Formats: sequence, structure tokens, C-alpha cells
Amino acid sequence: MSSNVDIEVRNLDFYYNGDIHALRDISFPIYRNKVTALIGPSGCGKTTLLRCFNRMHDLYPRHRYAGEIVFQGDNILNEGFDLISLRSRIGMVFQKPTPFPMSISENISYGLRLKGITRKGELAERIERALKHSVLWDEVKDKLESSAYDLSGGQQQRLCIARALAVEPEVLLFDEPTSALDPISTSKIEELVVNLKKDVTIIIVTHNMQQAARVSDLTGFMYLGELIEFGTTEKIFTNPDKKQTDDYITGRFG
Amino acid sequence: MNLENKRKVESFIALALSGLAAAVGLFWLTYILIDVLINGIGALKVSLFLNDPAPAGVEGGGLRNAFVGQLMITFTATLIGVPVGVLGGTFLAEYARGRKISRAISILSDIMVSVPSIVVGAFVYAILVRPLHHFSGWAGAFALSIIMIPVVLRTTEDMLSLVPWTLREAAFALGAPYYKVIIQVVYRGAATGILTGVLLSIARVAGETAPLLFTSFNNNFHSTDMSGPMASLTVTIFQYAMGPYKSWHTQAWGASFVITLFILALTILGRMIIKWRYKR
Repeated sequence: MSSNVDIEVRNLDFYYNGDIHALRDISFPIYRNKVTALIGPSGCGKTTLLRCFNRMHDLYPRHRYAGEIVFQGDNILNEGFDLISLRSRIGMVFQKPTPFPMSISENISYGLRLKGITRKGELAERIERALKHSVLWDEVKDKLESSAYDLSGGQQQRLCIARALAVEPEVLLFDEPTSALDPISTSKIEELVVNLKKDVTIIIVTHNMQQAARVSDLTGFMYLGELIEFGTTEKIFTNPDKKQTDDYITGRFG
Repeated sequence: MNLENKRKVESFIALALSGLAAAVGLFWLTYILIDVLINGIGALKVSLFLNDPAPAGVEGGGLRNAFVGQLMITFTATLIGVPVGVLGGTFLAEYARGRKISRAISILSDIMVSVPSIVVGAFVYAILVRPLHHFSGWAGAFALSIIMIPVVLRTTEDMLSLVPWTLREAAFALGAPYYKVIIQVVYRGAATGILTGVLLSIARVAGETAPLLFTSFNNNFHSTDMSGPMASLTVTIFQYAMGPYKSWHTQAWGASFVITLFILALTILGRMIIKWRYKR
């Protein structure tokens, strides 16, 4: 495994509800400090795959993983892998903004407190750093104690990104982070994603092919639970090897 | 044209019938409230709250024993009923979400809500009064808490279910264990709803008479000993209204007025909290 590979997915299969075979024999690398996009038509398994990386599926009964996801030398699919530490190392931003019913600053400090950081000074400093990191600081610095629900949808999503960044994860998972946002908010988030990759490795699921082309370095095309093709974004979008990939990106199906 | 007229007539009949039904309900409700107000307000004297009952027929007695007893029994019932109800509702909405056991307990709770309260009184009589050979405030509080638990439990379950599941996932994704997700995120999202349910359940049990008749019974003397028989407003109203003395009747009206006002205040507070919440 080369040193710039952060996560190696090997022969991953995933079943939910006992026997529904949602992911089939998926293998590909996630490169450090790169943006990897997962594209494909609805129901192809891209979100299911994304949620394997922080084992979100474990919240629900009757699921089963097979194969390996090796994250810095450890197979995170191992029985008994510490999910709490895994999720603080691999953060996630959801499709719809999910601010907690608390103030803006409490939203950010939530993850920090979970990690045992409670000193006022350090919390304030890390809240500021996280909000600056997600380019929200200037808009909220005077109302840190007001409810997070008072923010606009785009601001709420950047707050969620700040919240995920505050615990200093190594990898950040984005699950269609702009599908509920307007075009201006969307472009802000896209800009942010590109800027963040110098600090974290990013995996992003998107419905929007232009978005994948704009933000990602590598792209995986999925169809019916299989990873059809994986390569540099440039290659996938200009000269894919597989006909299915070509059909999808040129809009012939999906 | 013909069809249109027919529809207009039908619409008028439906409107008239439902309006009439509402008017009939409202008439009796306001009649009762005004009656309680007119008769009760005259009985409101300082002595009603500060004096214990005078010997039958003697003027100047009060209902201090009943006010104190009512507060102690209701408060104790709340102390038992709210934690059990909230934790039970949490179990149903969180840990047992989607399981058969959760459905079963929900349905049982709904049945419990509509069980006649006198049945609860008789049940507590059989397990806490008969074996101990005397009535007690504890038994009364226990009976009221049994009535309270299903109300609080179902409200808590409903309120927790309204908190979007994605909010929990977001907390899990930060590495929170489930109990912290529930206490720090889900409860905060559902807090005002649960508080409203608690207030309405207190209002519900504060007006109960039947379960107290069998359990805390009554006491003509001031007592703060929960292990003995204890006076309550509702039982006192029952007893005084049935009694032969004019002064008893007046005091029963006064007590009715106070308890109605108390329940009205709790209900309005509950509604205000709901409104305040959805305005934000």
C-alpha cells in the first residue's frame, strides 16, 4: 500500500435487512488530501458505500459487512472496532443541514466536549478556528449564543461542516451536501470543499456530475451496487474506459 | 344550477349541525365555569386557606388541610409519575424503536389512559390500603401517578419521535454514545413538548376524585403525614357538597373554584409553551 493512500477498500460487500445485497465486491483506494467523488444514478449504492466508512449502518439491525476497509493499517470493519474513536477520526456532513437544537457555539463545542475538551479558553479558541475554517466566522461572530436554527440553510450546512472540522478529523464524508441548498450556497460549499482538502481527506457523494467534475480529484462511478470504474476525475469525465460510465456522464441514462 | 343548489343546501346543513353541536358543548362548559365562578368567588376568604375545618355547622372554618394535602399528594404523584413516564417513553421511542414490544406498550398505555380512574383507585386499595389496614397519602399519590404515567409516557414517546432521525445520526457521526445523544441532543429538541405533556398530566390528575376516595380517603385535621389518611380538595368537595350544611356548600364552591383555576392555569401554561416553541 503506497504511503499516500489513506483508506483501502478491499472486496467490500454489504447487505442490509438481512439479505439485500447493496454493495458488490468493491475495491478502490482513497488518497490522502484528495477529494474523491462517488457518482451514479439513484439507488446505485453510493450513499450506502459512504456510510460504511464511519460504520453508520451499525445503528440499524440486520446489516452485514464482508471484505475490508483498511484505514491507516486497521480494518475498521473488524468486530469490536472502537466506533466512537472511528467517528471522531472520520467525520460526516449530511444531505440536509442537521444543526442541533442549541446555540451556534454549543453546536461546535458538542464534539469537543465529547472528546473531553472542557476548558473555556480552549473551547472558545477552537470554536473560532472551526468557524473560520468553514468560512462562517464573519457572519456569526456577533451571535454565537443565538440559536443555530436562526441561520439560513447554507449557513447551517457550513455550521455542520465547522462542527465536523472542530474535532480535527482525518477524513470528512460528504453525503450530497448541497442537494438542499440554493446555487450561491452551493458554490460556497464547493469552494470550501476544495480548500479543505489540504487538511483532510474528502469523500463526497453527489448526484450532480458537474459538481463532481468541479470539486474532485478522483471519481468512482457506481451502478447497481458495483463500482464500475474508478480513476482520475479528468479521465472519468473525458475518456472513460467503460461504456456504462460514458453513457452515464454523457446523460444517456441515469 | 340544480346541482349547485343542492350542494349549497348540503353545505348549509353540515355547517348548521356542526355549529349547533359546538354551541351545545360550549354552552354547558361556560355555564359550569360561570356557575363555579359566581358561587366560588364569594367563598374565597383568607380563612378558607388558613383555617382547618370547624366543627360541623360552626362558621369560620377553612380547608387548609385539603389544600396542603392536595399539593403534597399531587407533588408526590408527579415525582413518581414523571421520571417513570419520561424514561418509559424514552425506551419506547429510542431503544425499542420499531420493535413489537414498543407497539405493544404504546397500545397498552393508550388503554391505560382511558381506564376509569376509579378502577385505578380500587387497584391501589387492594395492594396498598387493604394489606396495611389504613388509608394513606402515599397510596393516593401512587394512584395518581399510575394515572399520570401513561399520559407522560405517550407524550414523551410522540415528542421524541418527532425529533428527526438525521439529528441523531449527526450526533452519532461525531462519536457520541447513544445515551449522550438522547440526553444532550434529543431531549433538548423535545424538551418543550415533554414539559407541556407533564403540565397537562398534572392538570389531569389534580382533578381526580375517584382514585383518592379509595386511597388517601380524607382527614378533617391538618396533617403532613403521608402515611396516614390525608385530605384533598376533590374528595373534600365531594363530601362537603353532599353534606347538609350551608357553610360546607360554600366552602365546596370555593374549593371547586380554586382547583378549576389551578387546572386552567396549568393548561394555559402548557398551551403557551407550545405556542412559544413554534413561534421560534
